[in-house]
Amino acid sequence: MFKPGAIVSHLTFRDKVFSLDMILVVSILLLGIISCFAMYSTDGGEFAYHTKSHIVRFFIFFLLFFVVSFFSSSFWYNSSTIFYLIVLALLILVKYFGLTSSGSQRWLNLYFLNLQPSELMKIGLILFLAKYYHKISSTDVNRLRYFFQPLVALLAPVLLVVIQPDLGTSVLIAAGGIAVIWLAGVKMKFFAYLGIIFLSIAPVVISFLKPYQKSRILTFLDPSRDPLGAGYQITQSKIAIGSGGLFGKGFLNGSQSYLDYLPEKHTDFIFTLFSEEFGFFGSISILTLYMLITWRIVRLGNMVRNSFGKFYCYSFATAFFIYVAVNMGMVLGLIPIVGAPLPILSYGGSSMMAIMLGLGIAMSCGIHKDQAIG
Amino acid sequence: MISDRIGGEGKIRLLGRRMFIISAAKTVVVLGIVGRLISLQINESKKYKTLSDKNRFREWKFAPPRGIIRDYFGNNIASNRQVYQLHVIPENAENINDLFFRLKNILNLSDKEVFRLRRKIESQKPWDSVIVSDNLTWSEFSRINLFLHELQGVEPTISVARIYHQESFSHVIGYVSQISKKDLQNKEYLKNKNVAGMRVGKTGLENKLDPEMVGSIGYKRYEVNAFGKRIREISISQGQSGKTFKTTLDLELQKLSTKLLKDKAGSVCVMDIYKGDIVVMASSPTFDPNKFVHGISQKDWNQLLQHRDKPLVNKAISGLYPPGSNIKILVTISALENDVVNPKMVQQCKGHIEFHGEKFHCWKKKGHGFVDMKEAIKQSCDVYFYEVARRLGVDRLSETAKKFGLGKKVLEGFIEEKQGVVPNVKWKKTNIGKGWYLGETLHSGIGQGYWQTTPLQLCLVMAQIANGGYQIKPRIILRDKSFEGLEEFIRNKETLRENLDLLDEFIPGLKYKTLFKNQENINFVKEALFKATNEPRGTSYRSRLTKKGFIFAGKTGTSQIRKFTALQRELEIKNVDLPYEQRDHALFVAFAPYHDPRYAISVVIEHGGAGSSTAAPIAKQVIKKLLERHSLREVQQNKGKSV
Repeated sequence: MFKPGAIVSHLTFRDKVFSLDMILVVSILLLGIISCFAMYSTDGGEFAYHTKSHIVRFFIFFLLFFVVSFFSSSFWYNSSTIFYLIVLALLILVKYFGLTSSGSQRWLNLYFLNLQPSELMKIGLILFLAKYYHKISSTDVNRLRYFFQPLVALLAPVLLVVIQPDLGTSVLIAAGGIAVIWLAGVKMKFFAYLGIIFLSIAPVVISFLKPYQKSRILTFLDPSRDPLGAGYQITQSKIAIGSGGLFGKGFLNGSQSYLDYLPEKHTDFIFTLFSEEFGFFGSISILTLYMLITWRIVRLGNMVRNSFGKFYCYSFATAFFIYVAVNMGMVLGLIPIVGAPLPILSYGGSSMMAIMLGLGIAMSCGIHKDQAIG
Repeated sequence: MISDRIGGEGKIRLLGRRMFIISAAKTVVVLGIVGRLISLQINESKKYKTLSDKNRFREWKFAPPRGIIRDYFGNNIASNRQVYQLHVIPENAENINDLFFRLKNILNLSDKEVFRLRRKIESQKPWDSVIVSDNLTWSEFSRINLFLHELQGVEPTISVARIYHQESFSHVIGYVSQISKKDLQNKEYLKNKNVAGMRVGKTGLENKLDPEMVGSIGYKRYEVNAFGKRIREISISQGQSGKTFKTTLDLELQKLSTKLLKDKAGSVCVMDIYKGDIVVMASSPTFDPNKFVHGISQKDWNQLLQHRDKPLVNKAISGLYPPGSNIKILVTISALENDVVNPKMVQQCKGHIEFHGEKFHCWKKKGHGFVDMKEAIKQSCDVYFYEVARRLGVDRLSETAKKFGLGKKVLEGFIEEKQGVVPNVKWKKTNIGKGWYLGETLHSGIGQGYWQTTPLQLCLVMAQIANGGYQIKPRIILRDKSFEGLEEFIRNKETLRENLDLLDEFIPGLKYKTLFKNQENINFVKEALFKATNEPRGTSYRSRLTKKGFIFAGKTGTSQIRKFTALQRELEIKNVDLPYEQRDHALFVAFAPYHDPRYAISVVIEHGGAGSSTAAPIAKQVIKKLLERHSLREVQQNKGKSV
């Protein structure tokens, strides 16, 4: 339905509110509420620090979601390059001024919050590449000279994050970038070459890995290798999820987390805690909500009538799905523990901010689906 | 109009195709996650629930009170008492070094002890407690409680521990001590019972009855967090105390026997001749079994091991002695049963006889003159029995001896019991590898040579003769089957025989096994023993009791532990002049009362000289008290029946 002249350039506030995807909004809200209860449980059934700050963050960034979505998509299109460059600059700043915690330098102290720029880069890279492929013609996509810029844009932040070191986030950033490049139509053989190059440099990368990262990967390959060491997390997580059974142990009754057997239960292992307390049905409900969100973002992409919006929505949906899949795969013992938070549910301000920003931009593309860009 | 500058429809179509591939991949991934959830939360949920509980719960096991051992009258011989203990849970202590330093000052712990505790802490989990002291005095315990607020990780505990009330029972009851590695290997019932504070029986009844006396262990189940800290108590089980056992022993008589054995090495055994109930089993010197309960000190242990008189050995069942003249009882029976001599046979004793050029001496240098069999038993004439033994032969003698219970264990389940030796031709061939000499038969006939018997075996022989020649099975635990009906049967049979003139054909097929062919032979020996104690010139005449109902009959014995040299014989060396280790053992066996007998007794005094001078007087005093207490025992027995 491409009617010339049907371009709506000025949407009223009311129009924008009404064109919000309510299924998406409700799904996010539901996950947010669930996350607050889950956090309450990790605090041992007390309204303590994690719970309080998580609730505050969720509602602030949920508000951010609406604000972002009401900005026109061309605003996001226009500011994507500068956004990417600012986040890249922050990543470089982290290298020199970042805060170090548990052997990893990831955070910038902004006094009112500790910002983790690598989380924002997840969105920044997708924005940047969506704009890039929006600009060039589909015939140029597979030309060698058009490979150069996306590749640099992808590798620069990924390497900066790897050296923090933060393998999990760098993988997730790369996943988002690759999703855009893939959707832009870059030929399969290019990915094949990239794979070969990756494999050939892998030994070099491995030599840069910290011992604990190496042992995590080795432990994944053989979990019984070191049951009380690196394998401990996987083992305890599987015990927690498995012991949840069909209906779970009940809210605040997850003995594995309550008795501190679960590592990092606030962040990466929040799904384990939920799974233990609410069982198979609880896990499936969470999974369903995530699938709903992914589906609604893809649907927004389907409706958008500019290729920037489509690239962005599809890529972000894919990346969002990968975040969820990596986290769940990790806590279920399907892939190595890499340190990847679960969107919305996990504790962490930067992650929450990045996800809400990403969702907001997708919503913005949806609201301004008929807007001309470029 | 679509806003793309370049591209258009082609770009969109390609995007759709790629998006489709991604969707397909997503589906696979979601199916993978769902599949994994099904497998973990539905299929294997049981396994993970178990694992989760294993994480959550930790049990602290503790030993239950041990079963109590009582005497025949219900007096406690071995029971339990409250003890004050000090446990330390290392992980609760702020600094284990400081804690030990403080405890050292409060409790006078030695550096060695602290070192041992540290090693133990290192070898176990930080939440497992170690017992710093399992037997604190009240003042130490209260001092600990006073400083408790500054001693984190310390747990003063009130527990129960074994206590033995009488040292006189140390051997027969035995003692308990900590579980050793060997115990764990050999004793199946200790599986899963190796908990702090558990004690196992090492000897005597404590060992025999251990499986039933340890009870089942109790536990406290706590929920613990990942760091092992106790969060809350979930459940508690006190466990089951061990079974209590009543024995056939008599506390008063045991005490008296031990008192009489004081400063001597030896033993006293008393047995009910019908039921086989062991009334006394005393061994001397004795020791304090309580020392073993909380771990005996090296010094005390060495002292016990190095003591000349071997206090740890239960001489009643583990002491092996040649029976000496006691064997003449069995020689007589064997000879009469086998019809090799007539009791009227007369032999002249000149103090010795010559046999194949070898001289065999009688204990009486001047000789007994002409003696018949009864007189020979009464005066214990060796020369007479050389002749009887020569005619009888050692194999027939050994057969009779075995029939009466020599050469095998009397009791069941006493690991320390010895079975002794009943020599014969075959035995010598297999064990020494040499042929039998006729001279050895003569020595065997007076209970010297290869013979090895325990005092309890001698007591059993005496009992089975006293009851008229019926086999009995001694017991020490009241629960064990007794020969309850034997007495009644024997009495009825006497009456029947008198009235109906029924003879021994009445007996076969009955459940009571007879040890004779002709009961007259048994009665003959009994009469001879009466003479030995109650007629002048009898070997134990000086130890007789004259009061009606207290008259008893017995046989002395002196077992040589070396051969007299001709010189010593010439010089008439007295026993007391010899070094202690070379002195003879003194033996005495008896039954009482002579009319209507009830009990058999054996007394052995190591290196005590002649049986008549040391062993018989002790037997006399025990018999006196034994018979005085007989009515009490009967009352107790009827009480038991009516219950």
